[in-house]
Amino acid sequence: MRFVLSLLILLMGVSGLPHLSSAEGVNDAAVFAAKPAKLLSAYRLFADPAVMTPNDGVVPYDLNTPLFTDYAVKRRFVYVPDGASAEYHETEAFDFPVGTVLVKSFGYPADFSKPDQDIQFIETRLLIHQQEGWVALPYVWNDDMSDATLKVAGKRVDKQIALADGTVKSISYAVPNKNQCKGCHALDDAVIPLGPKARHLNKDFAYPSGMANQLQHWSDAGLLSGAPDAASAPAMAVWNDPTSGSLEERARAYLDVNCGHCHRPRGPADNSGLFLSALEEDRIALGIWKRPVAAGQGTGGRNFDIAPGDPSDSILLFRMETTEPGVLMPELGRSLQHDEGVALIGAWIESLPVTDQPQWQ
Amino acid sequence: MKSLNKLRIRDGQPALVAALFGLTLAACDQGSDQSASAPETTSPPDVMEKMEETAEDAAAVLMPGPDAQEQIQEALIVAEPGDTVMLGAGVFELTDVLSLDVDDVTLLGAGMDKTILSFKGQLAGGEGLLVTSDRTVLKDFSIEDPKGDGIKAKGVDTISFLNVRAAWTQGLKDTNGAYGLYPVQSKNVLIDGSVAFGASDAGIYVGQSQNIIVRNSTAEYNVAGIEIENSYDADVYNNTAQHNSTGILVFDMPNLPQMGSRSIRVYQNKVINNDTDNFSPPGGIVNIAPKGAGILVFSSRDVHIFENEVGNNQTSNILLVGYPVPYEDPNMNPLVREIYVYNNTLGKAGWAPNGPLAEEGAKALGGQFPSILWDGAHSYMRDGETVSEEAVVVIRGNTGETSFLNLGLTNVGLNFMEAQPSPELPGVDVEIPAYDPVVLPQDS
Repeated sequence: MRFVLSLLILLMGVSGLPHLSSAEGVNDAAVFAAKPAKLLSAYRLFADPAVMTPNDGVVPYDLNTPLFTDYAVKRRFVYVPDGASAEYHETEAFDFPVGTVLVKSFGYPADFSKPDQDIQFIETRLLIHQQEGWVALPYVWNDDMSDATLKVAGKRVDKQIALADGTVKSISYAVPNKNQCKGCHALDDAVIPLGPKARHLNKDFAYPSGMANQLQHWSDAGLLSGAPDAASAPAMAVWNDPTSGSLEERARAYLDVNCGHCHRPRGPADNSGLFLSALEEDRIALGIWKRPVAAGQGTGGRNFDIAPGDPSDSILLFRMETTEPGVLMPELGRSLQHDEGVALIGAWIESLPVTDQPQWQ
Repeated sequence: MKSLNKLRIRDGQPALVAALFGLTLAACDQGSDQSASAPETTSPPDVMEKMEETAEDAAAVLMPGPDAQEQIQEALIVAEPGDTVMLGAGVFELTDVLSLDVDDVTLLGAGMDKTILSFKGQLAGGEGLLVTSDRTVLKDFSIEDPKGDGIKAKGVDTISFLNVRAAWTQGLKDTNGAYGLYPVQSKNVLIDGSVAFGASDAGIYVGQSQNIIVRNSTAEYNVAGIEIENSYDADVYNNTAQHNSTGILVFDMPNLPQMGSRSIRVYQNKVINNDTDNFSPPGGIVNIAPKGAGILVFSSRDVHIFENEVGNNQTSNILLVGYPVPYEDPNMNPLVREIYVYNNTLGKAGWAPNGPLAEEGAKALGGQFPSILWDGAHSYMRDGETVSEEAVVVIRGNTGETSFLNLGLTNVGLNFMEAQPSPELPGVDVEIPAYDPVVLPQDS
């Protein structure tokens, strides 16, 4: 058995030789190391970190509807070791092989009217799939964007951001600590990826080689196995694109991405009994006519998580509107109100039929 | 990291530990009168051993300072199972949640009144300290003024809160956090010698948990003093719950992952002078908790309430009521049933029922409430069908102000218009069953 294994490794090594021999490829040794690298450069994920140009084998991706984090722009990448592939799943994150690195960089453009230019990146978060499970690591970029340093305890960065409408906001940007990563990326107390699910990834992306559907591209590139045709895979609406889905579909997409990772059965906020993932079908669990449990001052004096037809009596909307620490939701990653998101969810609640309120019979 | 290394405790430095942890080590003295400052010459061997153990286990001793947030958080992240993370005396000014996710770690301060983790300047997060790792011990420190909850332990197997305090110090405001000490979805929960002050919901709140002991603790000036909710197997004893709106609550709530509160004993507690206006924000269920209720049970099964001192509570001493607001959940049994109230010493109560529900009820009862009140309900609706059951309640052997009323309602929902009050004590022929006290692995 051991002989066969050695032979296999040898063969794999030979077949992968040109790639592995290049000092420029992703550093698998760093990926597998028990101790995380102090500097992000050790992983060799980027060819040019200043503009987030990925290294060979590191594939950029995007989501139909992203998480709102104080208007930060994001760059996402996946690296799957040579010869391995992730297994498709219809509803959960794909089952990525050991050695996978998921990369997400957060930054702000100098001017939001040109969101793709002059981006100052603040941090890059890695999710590394090691033998024992996923490890979450936050790296904070230095000012000249030459490298980023591991900050397991997180960091606050004062930041002025100039929004597209010309307003300038001062924020205390919070790079999460290692435990806070797990505050969202958790299911049954194990760290898990959130973004790379079929319904989020099923969209076109402008690759250097041209426009292609991401699921198709991942399959073609050997990153993903078992995926159906993109047309048969689930796809979420784009929250701010009315051509992509109905008001309800866009609202549910927004809630799925911004809330549903914690507010789901077995997730970090499951003690609330409020479940906001796109898969939730029970209206009370979804918040409709649901009374709060542990909201405290988070009720804002309102009575139901979602009072259909009445945004002003809906706690869920209040917690999206407020910027008060300890009250605002999500607990992490937001200090500003997301005006456009609030408008979307408010309009959806307004549109819900005012029927079937539980009452004594 | 540099400062951590500087403070890292090595063998042969027990004096430093002793200096920083005089109180704690004195407690290890086990009755000897030896001074902790001169352990080499005067301590018996077992004390020396304990100190060296403490020194070896210690990951770091942390002191207040501008980098406290990062230092404590880093220590909690790099800690290894078996470590003790030590916090020295002083006020630590913190801006973000501290969290612990490593099993078998002790977070140890220099004393509830000496080590203060202040979250007055908190910028984000739902609590002060979050624990998600098993076999955790929290000991000898205070959490003050977090924006959300005080100490939350979620999904933990074996968690001990020993001589810790959660307090809101800026007055009783509806902007205070909801819960002070807040284990949820946990098992083997011990809260001992601890204090909760100023919570806008419950000071000590155990939710959706099992195998629980709350003892020797004090809850005061909270909306709810001590609350056991959607939990199984809890012993709540030798606590003081005073100057809250409601002293001790046993609840079962619908639409939650764990439901069916049962097997809860509330005994030998002092539940007195609960005289604080309900300052919770509207919307939460606790907002209907009346000022001046001693022990309040909502929709639970198998609850023993005995040998408590309950008195000077203006709404009532002991209230046994089915779940009082409309809900939709086929898994919910909203009745109080198998409730045993015996051998309590009761003081003055019921002279001015407070809060919307109690005030409405008092109107139906001539303006006052008795010392003990039961709604008498034995029916409820489930999926459009009426479900009826024998709701056993036993009231027996209490002394002092023992006035009692059974409202005689058929259905849950507190429709006072249908009340047919009766002072007859229920369950005279029912034998009070024996129970097995809760045993915790960390409490041997």
